[in-house]
Amino acid sequence: MTSSANTSTENEPTPGSPSPEGGNTRLIKRHSSGTRAWHWINLAALIILLMSGLQIFNAHPTLYWGDQSLSENTVLAIGARRTAEGEAQGYLQISDYRFDTTGVLGWSRQGDDYRQRGFPAWATLPSSQWLAMGRNWHFFAAWIFGTSLVVYLLYSLVRRNRRRQIFPRSHQWRQIKQTFIDHARFRFHHVSDYNVIQKLTYIGVLFGLLPMLVLSGLAMSPTMDAAWPWLPEMFGGRQSARTIHFIGAVAIVLFVVIHVGLVVATGLFNNLRSMVTGTYRINVSDEANQRDE
Amino acid sequence: MNDDTSRPVNRGRRKLLAGLGALGAGTLLSGCDDSFSRNQTVRDALGSVEKLTRNAQRLVASHQSLAQEFDRSEIAPVFRANGTTNPQEPEYLRMVENGFADWQLRVDGLVNRPLNLSLAQLRELPSRTQITRHDCVEGWSCIGEWSGVVLGDLLDQAEPHDNARFVVFHCADHTYGRSDLYYESLDMIESYHPQTILAYDLNGEALPVANGAPIRLRAERQLGYKHAKYVMRVEVVDSFRNIQGGKGGYWEDRGYEWWAGI
Repeated sequence: MTSSANTSTENEPTPGSPSPEGGNTRLIKRHSSGTRAWHWINLAALIILLMSGLQIFNAHPTLYWGDQSLSENTVLAIGARRTAEGEAQGYLQISDYRFDTTGVLGWSRQGDDYRQRGFPAWATLPSSQWLAMGRNWHFFAAWIFGTSLVVYLLYSLVRRNRRRQIFPRSHQWRQIKQTFIDHARFRFHHVSDYNVIQKLTYIGVLFGLLPMLVLSGLAMSPTMDAAWPWLPEMFGGRQSARTIHFIGAVAIVLFVVIHVGLVVATGLFNNLRSMVTGTYRINVSDEANQRDE
Repeated sequence: MNDDTSRPVNRGRRKLLAGLGALGAGTLLSGCDDSFSRNQTVRDALGSVEKLTRNAQRLVASHQSLAQEFDRSEIAPVFRANGTTNPQEPEYLRMVENGFADWQLRVDGLVNRPLNLSLAQLRELPSRTQITRHDCVEGWSCIGEWSGVVLGDLLDQAEPHDNARFVVFHCADHTYGRSDLYYESLDMIESYHPQTILAYDLNGEALPVANGAPIRLRAERQLGYKHAKYVMRVEVVDSFRNIQGGKGGYWEDRGYEWWAGI
């Protein structure tokens, strides 16, 4: 490493050095300290939110559509029943389809014995059925998540180089087809800029999914619903908001799975370093190709 | 008592373990372990956001902003009852037997004119009818039509002292057979909210026992556990210090937030 990440300005190349694979590479500063801090704070908050959210869900492990919890409006239910042979069976019901989920959903181990519970003890915070504490965790993390999200979104819109990082540039739109083909073939380019798929994904998550989780969460609050009657309405009712909140949480988990998968596929060490110290190694010829196009 | 309750399990064991909680809980992920959640410092830290939430919600919700009211067609076929649904206290059973004819609501505490009102007298006072959505802390919701006397009107009659800060609702039932009677409380802002009523009718008929007969509280901007059922006495206070666990409510004494706006 020839130059320290902290002294170089963003996206400014540092003197080249040969990569282990032979091609020319150089180190750049990819992520600002703000982005890095937000990323890790967010990760911690989201883990707490997810696990305490499942604890809260377990207090009534059924989702509905509309304003209220009428059985005919059930979207999803997790429960337990006795089979004809008298065995306890956990199930997940989505619309009219029932799946046997014994051991994971509906009927799972808590301590020494099996219990009827929505999500299993290992997935919830706290692990035993304890709604009050689950709510405490959830709202504590929600404040951290919500305020840091607002700050980060504003920062992303106000800062010019953040905007350039997030929003696709015109040449990237023209290359969108090639980018998709490259992704499908797992051909990743190590360049300073994000590609168009990354950018669209981050826009969708930052400005779509994450705010939607905050708003659908707030739409479950009776005080907020009195203050902002449009809030539950925009989700189609309080129970719809609860369902959408849950779907949003599932979407985040899917995002994280794909995100981590791609982080590993495109160089775990390099990616992790860029999110810890800010320094990222790019491939000089990839970068040159991109500039030419 | 209340339409909205879920019981934390293993309370006795939890108490025993509470002091041991901090052990080995250095990292965030050990939060997955219940002992971390049992630690009092952790609980206090997490609970501190309740005040933040209350202040923030009070900032965006005016004192008068109304909970949504629904159309008659949206009333649920059966209003879900939760918590205590059939109190077995002998005194209460006697009142049920004679149709609450000698039931009296007492309004007292920090007031100039304590009141004693029979159900018939309550029904003669100006009433309010509202079709609202009940949101349980567990997550479900149910729409019903409530009629009752506006709590603010009753309080005006009783003339609270200047130092009045909270209104406490004392109930007739022992939730889940425990020794403590159910109780709840609101501050003066929620108590004087136009939709805060002591309801005696549900969906046009006398409030059923399962839903809190003869009267229950409706505090429409709060979660269901605030909506005390089987209300016997309304007490105006300046602090919860000397009332049961001192946290302002049955579930509050058991770890739930006093501010149940979310």
